[in-house]
Amino acid sequence: MRLSQAFKLAWQCIIGSKMRSFLTMLGMIIGVASVITLLGLMQGVTNYMIDTFSDLGTNSLTVTVNNTDTRKIDVDDVYRFTEENSTLFEGVSPSVAGRYTVKNGTTSASTTVTGVGEDYFSLNGKDLAWGRSVTYADIKNRSNICVLGTYLVDELYAGIINAGDTIRIDGQIFTIVGVIEEQADSMEGSSDDGIYIPYSVACRLAKNANISSYTFIAKDSDHVDAAETALDNYLYGIMKDEDLYSIMNMAALLDIINQMTSMMSGVLGGIAGISLLVAGIGIMNIMLVSVVERTKEIGIRKSLGAKRRDIMWQFVIEAASISMLGGLIGILIGSLATTTLGSLFGIEAAPTSSSILLAFCVSAAIGIGFGYAPANKAARLNPIDALRSE
Amino acid sequence: MKNRNRVEDTYSGPLIQLIDIHKVYYMGTSEIYANNGIDLSINEGEFVAIIGKSGSGKSTIMNIIGALDVPTSGQYILKGKDVSKMNDNELATIRNQMIGFIFQQYNLLPKERLINNVSLPLLYSGIGSAERHERAMAALEKVGIADKYRNFPNQMSGGQQQRGAVARALITNPSLILADEPTGALDSRTSEELLTFLKQLNEEGNTIVLITHDRSVAERANRIVSIQDGKITFDGNVEEYRRQVAG
Repeated sequence: MRLSQAFKLAWQCIIGSKMRSFLTMLGMIIGVASVITLLGLMQGVTNYMIDTFSDLGTNSLTVTVNNTDTRKIDVDDVYRFTEENSTLFEGVSPSVAGRYTVKNGTTSASTTVTGVGEDYFSLNGKDLAWGRSVTYADIKNRSNICVLGTYLVDELYAGIINAGDTIRIDGQIFTIVGVIEEQADSMEGSSDDGIYIPYSVACRLAKNANISSYTFIAKDSDHVDAAETALDNYLYGIMKDEDLYSIMNMAALLDIINQMTSMMSGVLGGIAGISLLVAGIGIMNIMLVSVVERTKEIGIRKSLGAKRRDIMWQFVIEAASISMLGGLIGILIGSLATTTLGSLFGIEAAPTSSSILLAFCVSAAIGIGFGYAPANKAARLNPIDALRSE
Repeated sequence: MKNRNRVEDTYSGPLIQLIDIHKVYYMGTSEIYANNGIDLSINEGEFVAIIGKSGSGKSTIMNIIGALDVPTSGQYILKGKDVSKMNDNELATIRNQMIGFIFQQYNLLPKERLINNVSLPLLYSGIGSAERHERAMAALEKVGIADKYRNFPNQMSGGQQQRGAVARALITNPSLILADEPTGALDSRTSEELLTFLKQLNEEGNTIVLITHDRSVAERANRIVSIQDGKITFDGNVEEYRRQVAG
C-alpha cells in the first residue's frame, strides 16, 4: 500500500467522525497554540527590551566617576585620551544629568536635564528636527541654550517652537535653539522626554564643578571590549582605586538581557510543551479505542492480504494526520493570539518561524510516536480472531 | 481477465495437498485437537464442499486452507508451495494473490463504497488506481451489480452485498475461491442464485471450496468432504454421499 493511500484513508476516517476527530485534535490545538503564543510573546518582549536598550547605544560605554579632592578626572584629559585612542573610540561626551522642574510660562513639567558635549548628538544617533545642537562655543561661553525632546515640545509648547522661545530650567532662562527628532513616539519617560544643555552650564546648575559621567562611543561593536580595557587602564591610572569609578558596557548588558529572556522562553516553552505531551497521550488513547472498535475492519483487511506493515502504516498515518492537522490549526490560532495579545500589551509580537517549525515537527513526531503503540497493536491482531469479532 | 498472479504455471500436481494436518488449541491446561490428522487433496477445477457440524473442526481446516492460520503439525502444499511454515507476511501474500474469500457476513467495509471494497485486494498488491478501478468494474460487471458501484454496503440488499463480496473474491483471479457458509445470511431465493453463480464460476474453470453445515448446500458441489471430530469421515461425490447418509 502506498503512502498516499494511507493519507487518503486517514482523511476519510477524520472526515467520517468529525466531532471525535476534533476532540482528539483539541489537545494538540491548545498545546501548539500555547507554545506559539508564549514563545512569540516572549520574543516580542525581548525585542522590546533590546530596542529600548539599543536606543541608549550598543557601542556605548558609560563611565561613572566618584571624584575626590585629590584624585579627579579632568574633562580636557578625557578628550585628550579619546583623541589619542582614536582607533578604539569614535568620540566622547561628558554627561551631567539631573532632574529639574522646567517651565514655559505657567505650564511646568519635571524632566531629565542632561549636560552634554558638542559631539553628544552625533555619537548617540540623535538627529535634529529643527534648529542647531550644542556647540563648542556654547560650552566655552557657558551659554544658557538648550535642545528639547519632542515630548516636552508637545507638553509645554503645544508642538510648535518659534525661534527665540525660552524655557525656565530650575528658575534660569534658557533659549531653545533646537529640537531632537522624535525617537519613541513622544512618550513620557522615553528618550523624547529630556532637555540637553552644554555640560559646563549643567555643572553650574548642579553646583558641582566636576563631571561625574562620560559616555564613550567605541569605533564599532568589535572594538567595545578593547575600548573598555583601555578605558579601565586609563581610569585606574588616575584614580588608583577600582571602587572610585565604574564602566557600564551596553553590549554586555544586552547580552545578559538576551540570556535571561531566552532562558525565560525555554521555561515557558517547556511548560507549554507539557500540554503537547498530554495531547499526544490523548491521541494514543483514542487510537487505542479506535483499534478495538475497528478490529473487524482490520480482520477483513488482513484476510484480503494486508500485511502487518500495511495496517501499521494505516494507523500511524491516521494518528500523525490527526496530530498534524491539530498542529496546523494550533499554529493558526497561536499566530492570531500572539499578534492580538501583543497589541493588547503594547508590544510588537509575531509568531517566530522557529517556533512554528518546532510546533509542527513536535506535533508530527507526537502523532507518529504515540500512534505507534496502537498501530502496532492493530498490526499484530490475529486475522481469525479479528474476523470473528463484531 | 488475464492471470497476473505470481504462480508457477508449469506446476501440474494437485492444487491443494493437506498431509496429516493436526491443529491443537491450548485452553489453559487442556489441549483441544481441532484437526486430528487430516489428509486431503483437491485438484484444479474441482468444486468441493466441506461439511460438518459446529465444533467438527471444519472452520479450523478452512482457516488453514485459507492461509489465515498454520497447522500445529503436518504439511499444507498450495500449488506447490509449502504454506504450513510461512510467517505472517508470506501468508498475507498468499491470501492476497491466490485465495478469494467469500464470508457468511459478506465482510464488506461499511465506510467504503462498493467499488473500493471490491478493489481492496488490489490495493494491497500495489496496483495503481486506474487499473484497480478498471478491474473492479469488470468484476462487478461479472456479478451483475456494476450499477451499484458507488453505493455503500448499507445501501444494498444482502444478496447484492454478497455479490459484491464475490466480485472482491474474483478480482485477483485467485487459484482458489474459499466460501465460508456463503448462503448463511441469505434467504432461499438469493441463496439459490448465489449457488447457481458459484456453479457457473466452477464451470468456467475456477476451483471452489465451500464450507457449510447445510446438506442441501453441500450437495450443490461435485465432491463432498465430511468432517467430524477433527477427522475426515467421508470423501466422495454427491451420489455416494447421499447413499452413505441414507444407508
